Amino acid sequence: MEIVASVTAGLLVAIGIWMLLDRSLLRVVLGVVVLGNGVNLAVLLGGRLDGSVAAFADSADLAAAVNPLPQALVLTAIVIGFALFVFALAVLKRSWELHGNIETDRITAVAEEPAPDLPAEPVPAAPIAGQREVRG
Amino acid sequence: MKALLVSPLLIPLATLVLCLLARRSPRLVGALSLVGSAALTSAGLALVGLAAGGEILAGQAGGWAAPYGITLVIDRLSAVMVAITGIVGLATVLVALARDTDAARGRDFHPLLHGLLVGVCGAFITGDVFNLYVWFEVLLVGSFALIVLGGGRRRLSGTVVYVVLNLVATMMFLLAAGLLYGASGSLNMAELAHLFASGEVPATANAAVGLMLVAFSIKAALFPVFGWLPASYHLAWTPISALFAGLLTKVGVYALIRLVTLLWPDSGIAHEVLLWVACATMLIGVLGAAAQTEVRRILSFHIVSQVGYMILGLALATPLALAGAVFYLIHHIVVKANLFFIGGIAARLTGAERLAAMGGLYAHAPWLAILFAIPALSLAGIPPLSGFWAKFVLVKASLDASAWIAATVALLTGIFTLLSMSKIWNEAFLKPHPGGEGALRRVAGLRPALWAISALAAMTVAIGLLAGPVMDYASAAAEQLAAPQGYIDAVLGTPAR
Repeated sequence: MEIVASVTAGLLVAIGIWMLLDRSLLRVVLGVVVLGNGVNLAVLLGGRLDGSVAAFADSADLAAAVNPLPQALVLTAIVIGFALFVFALAVLKRSWELHGNIETDRITAVAEEPAPDLPAEPVPAAPIAGQREVRG
Repeated sequence: MKALLVSPLLIPLATLVLCLLARRSPRLVGALSLVGSAALTSAGLALVGLAAGGEILAGQAGGWAAPYGITLVIDRLSAVMVAITGIVGLATVLVALARDTDAARGRDFHPLLHGLLVGVCGAFITGDVFNLYVWFEVLLVGSFALIVLGGGRRRLSGTVVYVVLNLVATMMFLLAAGLLYGASGSLNMAELAHLFASGEVPATANAAVGLMLVAFSIKAALFPVFGWLPASYHLAWTPISALFAGLLTKVGVYALIRLVTLLWPDSGIAHEVLLWVACATMLIGVLGAAAQTEVRRILSFHIVSQVGYMILGLALATPLALAGAVFYLIHHIVVKANLFFIGGIAARLTGAERLAAMGGLYAHAPWLAILFAIPALSLAGIPPLSGFWAKFVLVKASLDASAWIAATVALLTGIFTLLSMSKIWNEAFLKPHPGGEGALRRVAGLRPALWAISALAAMTVAIGLLAGPVMDYASAAAEQLAAPQGYIDAVLGTPAR
């Protein structure tokens, strides 16, 4: 089973990288997810995956037990990865709204544009709420 | 003492929670944020005071003895990094409290900033590889939300670049951590160092460490994987890009220094590679800056080139070179954040960020010109400012190690840096404003920002004038790095307190 899982992890990472190289930002974001799953599987493989006994310190047959540590690590990584995926989706949605287009080339071209001039300073006579305490 | 050990985590975390609770009152949030970052600074300075004696503080989370529990370790390098994090955090809060053109973004800024600081401090004090990954994610989540704060088309496109490349780097780190555990059976840095030193690990563990160093190199923006930095940093709100410029790449540099000195203490092929990477980073960064025409883009490329100096110190791996790298870290964080703050104020006074549309600042705001000159000259390495000593030590270390090319590149980079700084000086300060005198603006409510940049400029001068004591501390920190046995004993030898 470890062989199958290893090959799957490798395939997922390969697919993830291939998707990261795509022009469409949607595929890039999905590629991050696929890559993340491949990595998670690989981390899980870091310990004994093939076990027949649950891992308790007082269990009789420790050699047959699964290693619980990689499971704990992957659990942490999955939760974090999920939060980051949600953020990436929010960025994707906003990019679609603002650029009307999610071609990665277009998006990076916008970041390279010369900086626009700054908006006018607010008139000092009309202080902005919540910004005055700083005088003290 | 145990309370002090976890204080770099608890103080920003508590401030974050309090800021969220008080979010209806922006005034209270500002005050809490200020108090929180001041408390972090004092905790950091107290830790420096404790660590200066040479003792390595180690604690085990939950009382689980190392290597099974999560270890927190503070040696001289960690302590000074926490202190400098507090100082830059305090300065950033002050600059953010100055009256801004867009009041809305100030509201969410403070809780996010402290969330970021939790991650940064955690990365500096952890003694566990997987825990380091978690702290990287904590600071990453904070930085994602901060870099996009304020919104807009340009900022969002910078965010896309920043988010995707940092996610990939973090996954690479996670994969490396998993493989390292699989190969060596441990994630505790001290135990790993012990296993590597005694040769009890298979060769595949070295491959995992190599992958990890690549991931940290992306975080630290080393050549050839620095592209994301100059594509995104200049787009964030000024206090935020200053904070990122000062702190974030340095977390990557810290992780590189920590792992290489612990796991591969003897000079080897990795040091050889790092030496060439350092030279390329210095040179390409500074040449990239020469092609830029906006203040913050120039400064972004200089971050890349300056990181090269720190890696040069790590690659040479002599005690003097490591001391130079530590000194450079301290000096660079202060100077770089300050230059970004000043660049932001200069942009607001002239109404533009493009150098062509700036000008006339020397006559309009001579105090700003002086405040710019101090960190700018320090960055270029003009005596007696802090940058001179940092560069001097590193060049001397390269010459001692007969690394002639590295020494030449380091000196050349200094000259190019001076050229870049004089470009900003000529265009933004000396040249008359293209729109005439009337185009220069009066900006009200900048006082807290001015306190912050004056204090950071004073620190730059102080580090330069008091280079002796600072260098003594850096050398002592380098001694600890060069002899990892002390670190291993502190973590594994003492029972859980």
